[in-house]
Amino acid sequence: MTDAIETAKGQIQDTVTANDVVLFMKGTKTMPQCGFSSRVAGVLNYMSVDYADVNVLADEGIRQGIKDFSDWPTIPQLYIKGEFVGGCDIVTEMTLSGELDTMLDENGITFDKDAADKIREANG
Amino acid sequence: MPMQAQEIEDLIRETFPDAQITITDLAGDGNHYAAEIVDASFKGKNRVQQQRAVYAALKGKMDGSHGELHALALTTKAPAE
Repeated sequence: MTDAIETAKGQIQDTVTANDVVLFMKGTKTMPQCGFSSRVAGVLNYMSVDYADVNVLADEGIRQGIKDFSDWPTIPQLYIKGEFVGGCDIVTEMTLSGELDTMLDENGITFDKDAADKIREANG
Repeated sequence: MPMQAQEIEDLIRETFPDAQITITDLAGDGNHYAAEIVDASFKGKNRVQQQRAVYAALKGKMDGSHGELHALALTTKAPAE
């Protein structure tokens, strides 16, 4: 299994380098298979962020490798410009505080600002 | 094998002896908890660094496929000045 994880880590590095925004999740952006993954994918979808989704359930090597890669034990995991941003709790907090908007802006990633505001209003 | 709230607090307490720890059972199934940890050691650290330290304190209990804990909603803060 360890060499599967090593190759997976190489694939992970390539993926987070090749895509501005990557979400390692259970399921896919259109068919999430876990509440936490669904929440983060839902936020990104609603804010019209263009991102690559990686279904860790489809590859056990990736599922274990991602946890070593980021030294973070849970899924989902969001990456922006190759940098690990956080899991469901952190991304939710950052969305509500506006920090996610700032991070996307700083990295030149387009998103729907009105949608972001609507999320904050809905979560009053 | 589900975990009890006290077990989680004890594990976190081992690494954060002076922290203010609040564990909330979200589902009553021993698998879904929320934990709020306020500790001086978080000062100057961003959320990822703070929460990595807490996951390290849980020593592999959080590993999903074979870990006992499936869901732990974490909130970490440094004490207010």
